[in-house]
Amino acid sequence: MIITFRLNGEETTARVLKPRSLLDVLRNDLDHPGSKDACEQGECGSCSVILDGEVVCSCLVMAADVEGSELTTVEGLSPDGELSDLQEALHEAGAVQCGFCTPGIVVAASELFRSNPSPSTAEIKEALAGNICRCTGYGAIIRGLESLAKARS
Amino acid sequence: MTTTARRTVPVVAKGIGESPIRADSAPKLRGEYEYAQDLEADGMLWGATTRSPHPRARIVSIDIGPALAIGGVHAVLTADDVSGPGLFGLEHADQPVLAQDMVNYFGEPVAIVAAEDHLTARMAADAVAVEYEILEPLSDPEEADAKDEVFRRVRIRRGDQSARGSVVVEGYYEVGMQDQAPLGTEAGLAVPDGSGGVDLYATSQFLHVDRNQVVSSLGLRSDQVRSHPAGVGGAFGAREDVNLHIHLCMLALHTGRPVKMVYHRSESFTGHVHRHPARMWMRHEADEDGKLVRVEAKLVMDGGAYLSTTSAVLGNACSFAAGPYRVQSVAIDGVGTRTNNPPCGAMRGFGAVQACFGHEAQMDRLANALGMHPLEIRRINALETGDRFSTNGQLLDTPIPLIEIIDSLAAMPMPDDERADLPGGSGLTSEERHVVRGVGYGFGIKNLGFSEGFDDYAEARVTLASEGGVVETAAAEIGQGLVTVMAQIARSVLGLSEFSVRLVDTSLIDEAGSTSASRQTMMTGGAVHGAATRLRERILDRHDGDDIDDRGVLRNGEVIVPLAILLNEGWEETFTFRHPPTDVPDEEGQGRAHADLAVAGHRAVVDVDVELGLVRVVRVDTAQDVGLALNPESVRGQIEGGILQGVGLAIMEELVIEDGIILNPNFTDYLLPTILDAPDVEALLIENEGSWGPFGAKGVGEPPTISSTAAVAAAIRDASRKPITRIPVRPQDIAL
Repeated sequence: MIITFRLNGEETTARVLKPRSLLDVLRNDLDHPGSKDACEQGECGSCSVILDGEVVCSCLVMAADVEGSELTTVEGLSPDGELSDLQEALHEAGAVQCGFCTPGIVVAASELFRSNPSPSTAEIKEALAGNICRCTGYGAIIRGLESLAKARS
Repeated sequence: MTTTARRTVPVVAKGIGESPIRADSAPKLRGEYEYAQDLEADGMLWGATTRSPHPRARIVSIDIGPALAIGGVHAVLTADDVSGPGLFGLEHADQPVLAQDMVNYFGEPVAIVAAEDHLTARMAADAVAVEYEILEPLSDPEEADAKDEVFRRVRIRRGDQSARGSVVVEGYYEVGMQDQAPLGTEAGLAVPDGSGGVDLYATSQFLHVDRNQVVSSLGLRSDQVRSHPAGVGGAFGAREDVNLHIHLCMLALHTGRPVKMVYHRSESFTGHVHRHPARMWMRHEADEDGKLVRVEAKLVMDGGAYLSTTSAVLGNACSFAAGPYRVQSVAIDGVGTRTNNPPCGAMRGFGAVQACFGHEAQMDRLANALGMHPLEIRRINALETGDRFSTNGQLLDTPIPLIEIIDSLAAMPMPDDERADLPGGSGLTSEERHVVRGVGYGFGIKNLGFSEGFDDYAEARVTLASEGGVVETAAAEIGQGLVTVMAQIARSVLGLSEFSVRLVDTSLIDEAGSTSASRQTMMTGGAVHGAATRLRERILDRHDGDDIDDRGVLRNGEVIVPLAILLNEGWEETFTFRHPPTDVPDEEGQGRAHADLAVAGHRAVVDVDVELGLVRVVRVDTAQDVGLALNPESVRGQIEGGILQGVGLAIMEELVIEDGIILNPNFTDYLLPTILDAPDVEALLIENEGSWGPFGAKGVGEPPTISSTAAVAAAIRDASRKPITRIPVRPQDIAL
């Protein structure tokens, strides 16, 4: 079937012949490899995208189900190639090591800060509870987002 | 985070001692960084692997017909298609590239396929029809020991073997099988060069040894295979061994097309080696003042089906079985067994982690028996610089600031008693009245660089050209940040702030050694330091200058050669760094086995629901021997990340194996610490001169993972008053 949806603000169509995940189609058909494939069962958040205003694991969404939807991936969060203030805050905090979790963290945190410009540390942790980072121990991620919350408040 | 910062270091913009942000941070934040998973090439096929569902079986027949019959399948290869000797292995080539007559572990590769797309490749891998005669697996390591199915036995004897103490404690401890669980699974792309060779881009910790295993197993020449750096999503030891590398090269050479392969998560759990599970018996004897007189230990570590690095891991575990303490008399016996369990190899801490859980539990038992504080018993027995190491007798001639670490931890503030959250997380099952706070300590010691006589070296090249300074190395960047630190070292030696790091393939430079053993900052860092130092001498000599900075070459403070001209001259220097030689231990385990050592200590504070057996790790504070923190924020990142992996091993991470089969090869059932499980961490970096690392730096990657586990276990013991002799600690170990 042909599906049509808005991907990072642009009308996009994809031909999906088999039951495939949104993540698979994004990465392998639509040249959007920013969303990462790490667990394939919605446990780690590396493939997080914003689907109609909600953070979801794209590995758990059937591609066919995004027909008519508005989808934002990590590629849509710094469209002009510059870092957003959220990315800049993580950058300055040294929140990136291997970086495989980073796109998912950026997506989940962006949606948190869109709905809550000045979240508490507890709210930051709650919002990122579905994003596993194996390298940093989360300390620098928390410090980066705390500094953003402070800057935005 | 604070550092003792008692050393003066050269001040150069973005040089050592500062924390410049890593060059790959911005592309990773934008989702643009190219990982091995993201590689593509024109005409690319996808590979997949057929794996054994049995831990031990005889292969009766393999029918590739059903797989080949699927449209879009280009190749199905088995052991019969392997061109060379067909064996590989990091220490010794004992593992078949593809199983020939027998499968020896659950998930062992039997066939590989290449197809037009990844779904077809998977379908074809599943369609390969293998007939097995199922055999009884050998899954109990003690049974393997009794049958002499062993990779290595270690025997260490030091001091008067008849020495006895008046206070004796004895314990039996177990460590479950931890997985490195890097977020990026194994992935790679192999591109045939059209003349019988291949370019390999794959997840790796050691490009040259990957290449060596590809060429030796397939009967190729070294110059026919080039192993290139590729983006790695974490490693922690899992990428020290090859997995898909040889398969990719076989498929690319067979089909004449680029072939890509990406393991899915459950395949990753069977496709790489794990941390060795351990069974340890220990007996500690002390005099009435608490001074250790004798330590006896027997360690059984299961290597699984193939050797990987079992002999080195076992050597480490035995070497560190008495911990960072002064002991007069030692008797350690260790065995690394061969079974039909999943192969085990490198994981952060490399044998020292398992030993530390045992020796620290013993030190606490001893403190209890003597009525001493846990820190007091350790302080009385702490090794110091100038001592001989308890197990192998080597002189400790680099800094061992253990007493400072113990005293620093004692002085760090404790959290107040208020509880922000209860154990059990969102389940909200804990009741405040059942929650007990506990405090525990752990101290560990770890070798830096390769030990036991290994010729450990690293090559690096430093160049100056019109675009600026460049460091070239084949060292693997796996997330830890060598792309930043190597440039910092070059900047500080040469006095020039414009430096970048270029990671190059195996044909362009000699090896950097493995990104493991906490060694790259010291080894490749040592090579960069050496190359930059020689380059500086040559430049000053040529121009009769006395200093270099961002203005150019100086004499008496005046610029004599402006920077642009210096760069345009084009300079290059290549340096091979070797650490001080080490000995192969003798029959009694004696000899200078380790080139350098680092110590660290952790204090864990936990809240335990003693009724339900639930644990919340409130905070873990640490003091760590770092030599000199070249990039303090990166060191902090290693410490915080390493501690959380230690917490994971202490309370949740275990691959559960039953009769050789992994029961939980996925992220739903193999639990990893989330942001809600992460304790607060305060770190004190202890700096001292005297190590042979560049500017006196010591490796920092592993110590955070070694004693944090022991500290958390001790804190749970303190809260629950239960023996806690097994990690990960399960609810029933606390509540029943």
